[in-house]
Amino acid sequence: MAELYALMAEFESPGRLLDAARRLRSQGWNRLEAFTPFPVEGLDRLLGYTDNAVARAMMIGGTVGALAAFLMQAGINLAYPLWIGGRPLIAVPAFMLICFEMLVLGAVLSGIATMFIANRLPRLNHPVFAADRFDLSAERFFLAILPDAGFDRDAAGKALAALTPRAIIEVQL
Amino acid sequence: MTDPAQQQAAAQRIAAIPTRFPAPMGWWVMFLFALCLLALFFVSVAVLFARGPGIWGNNIPVGWGFPISNYIWWLGIGHAGTLISAMLLLVGQQWRNSLNRFAEAMTLFAVMCAGLYPILHLGRPWRFYWMAPYPSTMGIWPQFRSPLTWDFFAVLTYLIVSVLFWYIGIVPDLAAARDRAEKRRWQIFFGLGALGWRGSAAHWHRWQQSYRLTAAIAVPLVVSVHSEISLLMAAGPVPGWVSTVFPPYFVLGAAFSGFAVVSMLTLWLRAMLKLGALVTPRHLNMLGILLLATGLMTAYGYLAEVFTAAWSGGREAETMWDRFVGPYAWSYWGAVVFNFVPLQALWWARVRTSPIALFLIGLSVAVGMWLERYMLLVSSLYRDWLESSEGLFRPTFWDWSLYAGTLGLFLTCFLLFIRFLPVISAFEVREEAQEALDG
Repeated sequence: MAELYALMAEFESPGRLLDAARRLRSQGWNRLEAFTPFPVEGLDRLLGYTDNAVARAMMIGGTVGALAAFLMQAGINLAYPLWIGGRPLIAVPAFMLICFEMLVLGAVLSGIATMFIANRLPRLNHPVFAADRFDLSAERFFLAILPDAGFDRDAAGKALAALTPRAIIEVQL
Repeated sequence: MTDPAQQQAAAQRIAAIPTRFPAPMGWWVMFLFALCLLALFFVSVAVLFARGPGIWGNNIPVGWGFPISNYIWWLGIGHAGTLISAMLLLVGQQWRNSLNRFAEAMTLFAVMCAGLYPILHLGRPWRFYWMAPYPSTMGIWPQFRSPLTWDFFAVLTYLIVSVLFWYIGIVPDLAAARDRAEKRRWQIFFGLGALGWRGSAAHWHRWQQSYRLTAAIAVPLVVSVHSEISLLMAAGPVPGWVSTVFPPYFVLGAAFSGFAVVSMLTLWLRAMLKLGALVTPRHLNMLGILLLATGLMTAYGYLAEVFTAAWSGGREAETMWDRFVGPYAWSYWGAVVFNFVPLQALWWARVRTSPIALFLIGLSVAVGMWLERYMLLVSSLYRDWLESSEGLFRPTFWDWSLYAGTLGLFLTCFLLFIRFLPVISAFEVREEAQEALDG
């Protein structure tokens, strides 16, 4: 038999998926993953995804962008001074607009890049794509038990069956 | 309110629109029309490159003319897409889910059209990169205390952020379209676009963070971009421009013109793609209210402008009087009439939910806002401090042809978008419907 990527149960609504995930967690199943066509409120926390990598990256990217923009403008004005009507070279209010634009650009670029990198995307092939019934265009909500050391396939199958899902699917690696 | 189950089914079908397009004939007719205008765009640009900006009506003192007023008009239209998508997402207005995708697409294409104008206006467009700060052998750097340089950064940032926001929003729908597609070529096309999105809980967790935070930052970005454009004018000592009213006046006018165009596109797509289950009378009603509200705010800007001019007196008041009765009075009164007179019909809910009436009012506002941008630019520039430097501006054939050409560019891109990509944020509508079903 081919290696197993996961044993997956399909539910017909996000509410049932949430209940099922809660029950599996309380039974001690820790390597869980869910696949849903749209975000399900609270599911990420239930499955242990609580990182704030994106928010942190946006914070850092925005700060770096704004600082870099200020230093760039100040540096260039000193390196290539344009004396116009005795106005100050380091004109802080005039620099703020570009600082703000670069803050936005830095934050958005690093936030979205972090989202893709942390999610390991793009990745065009994945075991679930070959699984039966996997279809993000339908209202199907999947909960998967991923195997770990000492994984008992029969116990996992029984735990999923006890949740009365619409179907149980083996996802081959 | 439509039944959530019906809404859910309709949203599932969105993913299949490109593969089973409901109006192929209508689409081709419009696409050919758009291609004709696009050809006009290329001809106009080729003539411009060969003969220079002298083919336009621009001349001293009106050195800006059509390219800059159309630039402001296009960019303003673009802002509504971001506002509908980002602002209404943040305040939890779920009805925006039926509109945000194509409104954002409108933003992208409008910003493209806008961004081309100042580049083409440069005279030596192939040197546009001189605006960017880069170490050159000449040792020359941009002037960072000038609104022109701010503008370069603002528009570039806005374009990049709009593209990214739109793209991360469409990825889950591309994945749904990939899973629904039956033909191999559609699977490959959507599959590449979806980047292997599989909707895992970890993915959604980070996706939601990036989507919401980008939305939160996109709203002030819109305000900053159009404020900066107003500073192109307000930061100089030209009568009729140098006013602190300008930034909010421009931002509100931008939102107003953009909501008008969003309303027109909504009604067009709703009729062509038969989206009645997703774009309901409630959406038309909300769009009508938004249009009315931003229109009244813009009208307040007109009043504030007249008030500040009268309060300042002198040259400011003369310029204002000249707008009322001078050679460009038609553009002032045209703007007032087209912007604010048909708009008043939107006080009645029956008008707001009538597709034809809403479309015509949207068209009237788009025309009115175009006249406003033209009026603000030309009526101030043609006559400032010295009588010896007065001179009227008259657009030439090439001014009009390039403008029609950018309309063609916009329409071509937009038609390709509705033909090949999911036009409505189906996964967000399905989420909304599911919540309604769960009670």
